[in-house]
Amino acid sequence: MSEVDAGEAITQAHHEEWARVVASLTRRFGDLDIAEEAAAEAFAIAVERWPADGVPPSPGAWLTTTANRKAIDRIRRENKRDDKQKEAQLLYDDPPEPVGAIGDERLRLIFTCCHPALAMQTRVALTLRMVAGLTVPEIARAFLVPETTMGRRITRAKEKIKAARIPYRVPSAEDLPARVSGVLAVLFLVFNEGYLATGPDTEPLRPGLTAEAIRLTRLIRALLPQDGEVAGLLALMLLIEARATARVSASGELVTLGEQDRGTWDTALIAEGHRLVRERLAAAAAGVAPGRYQILAAINAVHTSARDVRDTDWSQVVALYDQLVRIDPSPIIALNRAVAVAELDGPQVALAAVDRLEDKLAGYHPYHAARADLLRRLGRSQKSRAANDKAIELAGNTAETAYLTRRRDQLR
Amino acid sequence: MQYLVSVIDDDAGLATPDEQAAIDVFNDRLEAEGHWVFAGGLASPSTATVIDNRGGEAMFTDGPFVESKEHLAGFWVIEAADLDVALKLAAEGSKACNRKVEVRPFL
Repeated sequence: MSEVDAGEAITQAHHEEWARVVASLTRRFGDLDIAEEAAAEAFAIAVERWPADGVPPSPGAWLTTTANRKAIDRIRRENKRDDKQKEAQLLYDDPPEPVGAIGDERLRLIFTCCHPALAMQTRVALTLRMVAGLTVPEIARAFLVPETTMGRRITRAKEKIKAARIPYRVPSAEDLPARVSGVLAVLFLVFNEGYLATGPDTEPLRPGLTAEAIRLTRLIRALLPQDGEVAGLLALMLLIEARATARVSASGELVTLGEQDRGTWDTALIAEGHRLVRERLAAAAAGVAPGRYQILAAINAVHTSARDVRDTDWSQVVALYDQLVRIDPSPIIALNRAVAVAELDGPQVALAAVDRLEDKLAGYHPYHAARADLLRRLGRSQKSRAANDKAIELAGNTAETAYLTRRRDQLR
Repeated sequence: MQYLVSVIDDDAGLATPDEQAAIDVFNDRLEAEGHWVFAGGLASPSTATVIDNRGGEAMFTDGPFVESKEHLAGFWVIEAADLDVALKLAAEGSKACNRKVEVRPFL
């Protein structure tokens, strides 16, 4: 076995088996901290041994067994020092369950990491560590916080889960929809940070984060195939991700949907996204009311169906926004609806709708960017410039700032 | 597993008769379902006395140990299998007493 093959096998095993190993150890030992540490040790041993000894026939089973042994070592070590009662737990030293029979273990892990008793940013960090297997420094870099801060956040979360006894299980049927929606919110937040980074100190697009979010959403989709919102979120992510290369120009400037080179869109991702949207449309036709992710995915399906921006079915887009406003009356949805209305009924009508949102969105840079664009189209250059300046002042993403700056300079 | 459910209040008002009735119903349910350990309402923070006997001579100070807009108005100690059960009960308790509550596990 060459080193390259072993390296690839480890990367693949890390992607495919990390969550499974952590989940099965958490189940067995009832402790996330022990599970995480033992899983990390098992992968470290794999990095050492696999290049020399060869990749084991069943990498997942090898990793689980190795991690189990490490966890038992740690518990025995700690038991010598204090707490004799844990020894009892170890008496039934049964072999680990076979890999594959425990698919649901990962679902328990996800629901525990996304528990509503944890703060949103904690849920995000914990999910990326425990389920996606990102390291603490990687997560810290992704969210622009010092490593020690991120480490403390994750440690505190593990302590709370243990001390407050946050259960390690899939919620009951009655609680499931609300809890799934909490999980999806975490995944969408990770995706959005990758898709349009909020800070000026990072790359404008961070494909690592969007890829991770898609990978996790695919996992949830495999575990909860009947859930329409899971399918909707996956479709939404795929249809946005498909346009990633077209979204930033060679000079690092954001390219709007209307100006993108549609020939560079990823047709495979679009086809997969469209398939999911069609699946949900069929369910909607059968009377299942679509949730917000499904509607957002449908809007993106309309955009990605048009080979040229002029072919966009704007009446369909506005109709979908109308549907979305009914289930989510947030001002941000109203703003996006108004932008679509501009294409259907003209900038004058849209501007009136946008202006009505001032109270709620004065601190939100897309509000000012949308106003700037509508004012420009109405020939009101001076007001457009002022709105553009305000948007630049509030925007954090470098590609977005570059785009807005060019727009403003064009108005001179 | 036991949890402390603290009742957080931002004015010194006592429970209204309606609230008291709802609390009684909730308490009966806690007892019937085996979650009841203990509960009680507290007099206003201005009736508190702080005692410090760390230095060998007990010092008594009038008033609560911390002045704040919100204060502890009462509490339940409940028995629950895990935090999900405790949070559900606490949500019922918050509704019954018509105040915010905080859930905290005992060690």
